[in-house]
Amino acid sequence: MSAVRGNRAGRMALNAAAYAVTVFLLLPTLIIAPMSVGPERYLRFPPAGFSTRWYTEYFQDEEWVRATLFSLEAGVIAAVCATVVGTMLALALVRGRLPGKGLVELLVIGPVIVPHIALAVAMFLVFEQLRLTGSLLGFAMAHTVLALPFVVFTVLAALYRFDVELERAALSCGAGSFRTFRYVTLPLIAPGLVSAALFAFIISFDEAVVSFFISDLDRKTLPRKMFEDIDYNISPTLAAVATMLTALTIAALLLGYLLKRGLERRARATAAQED
Amino acid sequence: MSQRPPRFLLGGRRYSPAASLLLAAPFLLLVAVVFVLPLATLLHESLFVPGPTMAHYARAFDEPVYLRVMLRTVRIAVFVTVLALLLAWPLAWVMSRSRGLGLALLAAAVLLPLWTSVLVRTYAWMVLLQRNGVVNQLLERAGLIDEPMRLLYTEGAVVLAMAHVLLPFMVLPIYSALKGIPEDYTRAAQMLGASAWATFREVIWPLALPGVTSGCLMVFLLALGFFVTPALVGGPQQMMIATLVSQQVREMLDWPFAGALVGILLGFVLVLTLVFKRAVRLDRFVGSA
Amino acid sequence: MGLPDGMKGRVAVQGLVKRFGPVRAVDHVSLEVSSGEFLALLGPSGSGKTTILMSIAGFEFPDDGRILIGGEDVTWSPPNKRNLGMVFQRYTLFPHMSVLENIAFPLKMRGVGRAEREERARAALRTVRLGQMGERMPSQLSGGQQQRVAMARAIVYQPRVLLMDEPLSALDKNLREEMQIEIKHLQREIGITVIFVTHDQTEALTMADRVAVLDHGRLQQIGVPRELYEKPETGFVAGFIGETNFCEGTLQRAAMPGDPVSVTLDNGGRMEAVAAQALSAGERIKVALRPERLRVEPGGTDGMAARVSEAIYAGNATTLLLEADDGQVLRARIPAGAGLHEPRPGEAVRLSWQRADARAFMAGS
Repeated sequence: MSAVRGNRAGRMALNAAAYAVTVFLLLPTLIIAPMSVGPERYLRFPPAGFSTRWYTEYFQDEEWVRATLFSLEAGVIAAVCATVVGTMLALALVRGRLPGKGLVELLVIGPVIVPHIALAVAMFLVFEQLRLTGSLLGFAMAHTVLALPFVVFTVLAALYRFDVELERAALSCGAGSFRTFRYVTLPLIAPGLVSAALFAFIISFDEAVVSFFISDLDRKTLPRKMFEDIDYNISPTLAAVATMLTALTIAALLLGYLLKRGLERRARATAAQED
Repeated sequence: MSQRPPRFLLGGRRYSPAASLLLAAPFLLLVAVVFVLPLATLLHESLFVPGPTMAHYARAFDEPVYLRVMLRTVRIAVFVTVLALLLAWPLAWVMSRSRGLGLALLAAAVLLPLWTSVLVRTYAWMVLLQRNGVVNQLLERAGLIDEPMRLLYTEGAVVLAMAHVLLPFMVLPIYSALKGIPEDYTRAAQMLGASAWATFREVIWPLALPGVTSGCLMVFLLALGFFVTPALVGGPQQMMIATLVSQQVREMLDWPFAGALVGILLGFVLVLTLVFKRAVRLDRFVGSA
Repeated sequence: MGLPDGMKGRVAVQGLVKRFGPVRAVDHVSLEVSSGEFLALLGPSGSGKTTILMSIAGFEFPDDGRILIGGEDVTWSPPNKRNLGMVFQRYTLFPHMSVLENIAFPLKMRGVGRAEREERARAALRTVRLGQMGERMPSQLSGGQQQRVAMARAIVYQPRVLLMDEPLSALDKNLREEMQIEIKHLQREIGITVIFVTHDQTEALTMADRVAVLDHGRLQQIGVPRELYEKPETGFVAGFIGETNFCEGTLQRAAMPGDPVSVTLDNGGRMEAVAAQALSAGERIKVALRPERLRVEPGGTDGMAARVSEAIYAGNATTLLLEADDGQVLRARIPAGAGLHEPRPGEAVRLSWQRADARAFMAGS
């Protein structure tokens, strides 16, 4: 009897601890949201009233808007590049006979293992000489490399889940290599590719360390602009930006989840419609 | 009639080495230019500028200022790892024993921070901890303190904020290890007369160990080279090695010394990675979302 | 093609060799399948039967030999150019397409228009008696239904030859037997050539017009089911198909197939048999004897003396485990309802058989 009761008490304590940690994980980020709609110049919790003043300030500040657009651009390019390049590599790793496979695998996890500060400073050094600092090309390349490990692993997982026998079935049905890939392989690994692209976008869009070093005065990403502003003054505009970024992350994760589920249905529909 | 297999690549046939290389080429090119070349150039600076020398490395260990930064870096990384482990365990355990909505909520609580900007989360801690920040406001209002405490720019603040930022990297590997332990094992252990503590020590902990190692390694490695959070929450007072590197590059323009610091950091990270090679499992962080 | 219709479904495998590293998965196999014939490739795992099928399908390419379909050398053409139908072990329906889309897929690859595609797919679906299931997704079907859809997909474009790779191995016993008959019916109805890989001898014997038995990459024997069962040509075939007692011994005189021989058993006894293959003198010999061909009589002095150690009742027959006086262990089967004597465990009996039912092989064959 007492053992059972002790067990239950222990389980309840464990549950309580787990939910406390959940609160610890979420609260600091979420508490910013109500504070961002306060009217005053310094942040207060709870806010003294409701005002969209800091959001308006963000949208009217040319520097914020420019940084945001630049981040969006770099993020989209990095997501597309990382997904294409990463998918090609994943195919070579799973389906190919790649010379020096061990080394390639090491290079894949390299950008995760090597601290970003090391990479950032090193890129700064080389990008200065190549005149890539502050350029879209520079950011796209840097962020593609940072996102690649996550893309490669996501696509690898999708490829391992894929049943190669289905390709044989398609070939036996008379489809050539290209149409087999197009009608069978691609639709079935597409959910993995979408997740990969989404991960890559978020990684690029949120990336702060490399951006901190390879930005210049004119062209900087949103995180870099935030970094500067935090360093100088903690203005409520930042709270507004942080809130919007958090909302964007939630939206992206939700979107990814819904897309992944929807893709299966869409894949069905396209196979039926196309001639 | 040709006596060679036709060139179709699908259906379980392996691509030739040449075709594989072609597929890997964009990756290799990109990584060569944006990863290998920069790091090699930087390390070259540290060893061969002005001439072949180890002086820059020696300087990092000779001057007490720098030695102190490095020791602080390791100390903070250890504290962060331990704190993250203590926080992650109950969450990972309850997650591994939940299903349906409960699991979805807990998973969302872990994944959302993982994918939220580090900068946003660091900023949140600054808002909480600064002199007229939320924590001080609430404590004052509750009458617990008369004047604001100094919370920001302390080592404790750095450890707390970093543990918070890195926590998902601890939770996910432990969760995936715990999920792999069938509930029957704990039942069997208890049927065989093991107490809850004995069950934990003899059954659960050994089976969870690979996940724990993986999580600890991940968090420790990331903590060692962490830049954003220590730079903002710790300030110059709590300088860690990443901030020191940044300072050398941006303020002192001392590339060789910055290169040496990066070399030391990289050496440390590489040794740890090689020692715990099997614990580096990236797939745990991508498969779950 | 200038061939008469009756030749289009002919398949010839000539001197096929396929190595995987040092292993010869297929070792100089030649066989011919005539148009509209149902051939089973039977053998244990690793016998090379699947490799032969995959070579015919075009998923493997041989190290030596040729493959001809309808008289045309297709050894080096890719699978999608061979116009074969294939049913896989795990059905491999495309999970993202509906049943109808799955069946229409090969037609789409052949440039058939949408309306005709749908019509022909529906017709194929009716052929496999799943007329109502066209809009379902494969995951909503049972194993047997998925199997039928896979069949429909493989025949909808009227290929010359249908290849089947252990298509029933994932089904449970009752469904498997039902499908065996159904596939056989369908094959007769549309008159297609079928090459069917299986490791299940009952399946091969029930379904096929002819069976090719393979072991270690070599063709052991090819023939109609009755031949294989009653006149196995190698010891492997005798042992692999049906149940067999083997008694080992030696032979004084060499013999040609069909010759009566007298084998000296290891334990001193003698056994009258017929040579199933060329036998050389002094070599080790094994004599195969089917359990149902053993006559078991209570007492008397003729034949081999034995004692019943166990009697296992199985409804349609009773299997006896017998220990001969010289220590040899044999099985005998007594059909139920034939009014034959059914001895009890411990009973002493006499065993006899007709010479023609005892077939002698080289021990290594």
